[in-house]
Amino acid sequence: MTTKIIVDCSTGVVEEVELTEEELAQREADRIAFEAAEAARLAEEAEKAAKKAELLAKLGITEDDAKLLLS
Amino acid sequence: MANTYVKIASVTVGAGGAASMDFTSIPGTYDDLLIKISARNTGNFGATNSGARFSFNGSNANMTFRQLYGTGSAAASNSGTGGPFGCINDGGTTASTFGSFDLYIPNYAGSTNKSVSGDSVEENNATAAFASLVAGLWSQTAAITSITIGINQGSYAQHSSATLYGIKKS
Repeated sequence: MTTKIIVDCSTGVVEEVELTEEELAQREADRIAFEAAEAARLAEEAEKAAKKAELLAKLGITEDDAKLLLS
Repeated sequence: MANTYVKIASVTVGAGGAASMDFTSIPGTYDDLLIKISARNTGNFGATNSGARFSFNGSNANMTFRQLYGTGSAAASNSGTGGPFGCINDGGTTASTFGSFDLYIPNYAGSTNKSVSGDSVEENNATAAFASLVAGLWSQTAAITSITIGINQGSYAQHSSATLYGIKKS
């Protein structure tokens, strides 16, 4: 059973209620959307790192060498 | 804390855990709102997956954010829609520790889009402990009358809590 706790600020009344089917579906959709966005971000970071390593290897220099060149 | 801060309401999660902590019927009589959260996830999903999600008036549509975060060994940034923004303690962190999260909402009762800022940190007796600063925008002009503090995955663990403060200019 998945519940939420609701506080009515006008009365101070607190109640714990079960999530509706709609709320459960929204929660799952949000989670899936986040996972997709996070996977895309991590893939982009990995691709950038791979390209950088490839370029450094092609040039025959280290990352520190590259930083020195650009400083 | 400034004497212009007024505690509106607070909630503490009980033994069964909770998917969200909701504040409803928020009075429009203050200038800004501040929510102070102490929270832990029941599950172990990794820090980036355990973050808090916020919905205003029952919706997180048109919610965008930009986040700077540290992992304990590196720093990075990301952006997105909906959330989660900010971190809470994941179930894999040191037992019985809780993350701290502040969410500030200026001009919450106004008729313009609502900006928010979040400042959160995990507590963990290990190298990996997330800290996050977030700038968010809820592109809706309605006054905020309810806030849902959801969670990306899992549930809020027992003893997690949230307190809502109203802030006046003077």
